Amino acid sequence: MNFQIPIGPQHPALKEPIGLRIVVDGEIIRDADIRLGYNHRGIEKLAESKTWIQNIYLMERICGICSHSHTTCYVQGVEKLMEIQPPKRGLYIRTLVAELERIHSHLLWLGVAGHEAGFDSFFMYVWRDREIVMDILETISGNRVHYAINTIGGVRRDLDELQVKHILDSLEILRKRSEYYKNLGTTEPSFVARLAGVGYLSQEDAIALCAVGPTLRASGVPSDVRKDDPYAVYDEVPFEVCTADTCDVLGRTVVRIKEVLQSYNIIEFLLKNLPAGPIAVRAPRRAKPNEVVSRYEAPRGENIHYIKSNGTEKPERVKVRAPTLGNYAATIKMLKNGFIADVPLIFAAIDPCICCAERAVAIVDSRSGEEKIVPQSSLKKITRNTTANQERKREVEWPW
Amino acid sequence: MAMVNTLVYLIIYPGLLFLFVYSTFCEWFDRKLYARLQNRMGPTHTGKWGILQPIADFFKLMSKEDIVPDRADKGMFSALPAFGLAIVSTAMLLLPIWNYKVAKPSVTSFNGDLIVLLYLLTLPTFIFFLAGWSSTNLFSTVGAMRVLTMLFGYEVPLFLAVLSPAILANSWRLAEIAAFYRHHPLLILVNLLGFVIALICVQAKLERTPFDIPHAETEIVGGTFTEYSGKKLALFRLMMDIELVVASGLLATVFLGGFPGGPFLGLLNFVIKTLIVIFFLSLIRAATSRIRVDQVVSLSWRYLAPLAVVQLLIVILVKGLLS
Repeated sequence: MNFQIPIGPQHPALKEPIGLRIVVDGEIIRDADIRLGYNHRGIEKLAESKTWIQNIYLMERICGICSHSHTTCYVQGVEKLMEIQPPKRGLYIRTLVAELERIHSHLLWLGVAGHEAGFDSFFMYVWRDREIVMDILETISGNRVHYAINTIGGVRRDLDELQVKHILDSLEILRKRSEYYKNLGTTEPSFVARLAGVGYLSQEDAIALCAVGPTLRASGVPSDVRKDDPYAVYDEVPFEVCTADTCDVLGRTVVRIKEVLQSYNIIEFLLKNLPAGPIAVRAPRRAKPNEVVSRYEAPRGENIHYIKSNGTEKPERVKVRAPTLGNYAATIKMLKNGFIADVPLIFAAIDPCICCAERAVAIVDSRSGEEKIVPQSSLKKITRNTTANQERKREVEWPW
Repeated sequence: MAMVNTLVYLIIYPGLLFLFVYSTFCEWFDRKLYARLQNRMGPTHTGKWGILQPIADFFKLMSKEDIVPDRADKGMFSALPAFGLAIVSTAMLLLPIWNYKVAKPSVTSFNGDLIVLLYLLTLPTFIFFLAGWSSTNLFSTVGAMRVLTMLFGYEVPLFLAVLSPAILANSWRLAEIAAFYRHHPLLILVNLLGFVIALICVQAKLERTPFDIPHAETEIVGGTFTEYSGKKLALFRLMMDIELVVASGLLATVFLGGFPGGPFLGLLNFVIKTLIVIFFLSLIRAATSRIRVDQVVSLSWRYLAPLAVVQLLIVILVKGLLS
């Protein structure tokens, strides 16, 4: 007997609204479908009415976890449009914050994976140690989540000796703890039993379905924007692209832990080789008419911003392609023929950030399959018209 | 006097009143221990060290809105929590805590009460199944199916593991089994393997991590209890707490030598021994991740059931050597 289970838009496994319609036969998933559009905020439209500088802070608010990824991606594009080159020290600090963000995002993911697998102790331990990296970010920028460190032409805050020492000391603790989690996450029998072989995505499928980030690398494809198309100072920093060949959730876990360990090395290198000099250059108010595509390796995968300028102090168009969007197609493939019990793990393994990925609402007529884009005002009108004449229906019965 | 004894037995100790207080205490103990193992504080606010938190939770849930889904089987949906509570409370009366004589069988302590107790501990599983099934919610239905699938896994190893000490003691009566092991404390070690198997099976029966599959929140929301709220949910939670007490009491009786010493010393024995069992159960809960329902069945039949048979063989061999 087949029946359909709705996972979302409201479900304990999901931290943000998204709809997964899953057709199951007993415990086995036969078909899956993803429905988007519950969290559209109109950020791209808003970006067109703000100046280049104001948009940095808008881009930062696309995501609450990889906030630095979006600003860096945007700022790099704008710097290209304005034809300015940030000073070395600025780029080093920018990369430093980027790597700290990668650590905090991956540790967060590791905890979430533990929680989705019902391993709450792991979740609590990892998140406690994540506080160390949050503290580092706070010492650098004053903020835990939205660091606001980027500006066009460099960064806004400098590092001093004490901060460098504090970061290096904290890194030692983090490194030790991460080794422990690497050991725990890959050897604890009941946890590994839940991860190994789950959500299989072959190398061919991963490439064909345009998977990005750790999901792609766990399928054995060594693709990393930091290596393939180095931005900031990644061409000077020695690091390895971490891959796994198991093509499953365990592989994605291993890739993320390995990346965290790589990030510690990168940060150490950056801090030990921090060049002296200014942290930012002055940026012009306007950019010449042009267009640019900026790529950035966010913790979740490749982040792409397309920016078009028209000679004024505001952009004509900003288009954001968040990494999560690139992984949706692969998720459907991974879900098929799995167990219901694996849904949260498989879905969490792409590290979904739904509000990053939501862009526009398309209304699809379920009968004719006709698609149309509608503005919010007429969307409101449609819902009011459909519900206006309906009786209020209660599914509940009062016991007294 | 017998009348008064019986009334006290039913209502105060170890009947409803004691059971309510002690089961909420056990829930607090479990929660606090689990939290400390996870580097959290656990309940701190209500009472000293948050000791009254489960009672506060119970009364708060009792006062919440109670919703019965339109399409649910209303009679069954409402009656099940009460039935479940009655069943586990009855099971508690069979534990030899007080008001029994080893020499003289009575209504609450008779030959074969071990089997009755095991039966009464199986019934809650069916209550959970029926609760999920009669809710007609998709998540509840999946949860109900998982309850039954798990039952096929852990039930046989549990029975085998609990029955082997009984074979060695040559009795089906809990009081006599406990008395036997008090007289031969060294023989407790013979059943060590069985104790470990029984601990794992009880963990599965109580649906705690790694076996919290029927109500795995990240997969199927509330599972069997998705539609339950208010009083009914409060009763279900109390029922699960009591089941924890009864199941750990059963293990303490069979494997740890029971609770000698009459009403007062017996109470002390009961508290200490059940808390030891609950300590192990919490440890398992904190140290593992939830496994899949198919993995439960294969774990039970590939490892637990054969090991339980090995335990049975050991017991038979030891018995042959002793006689």
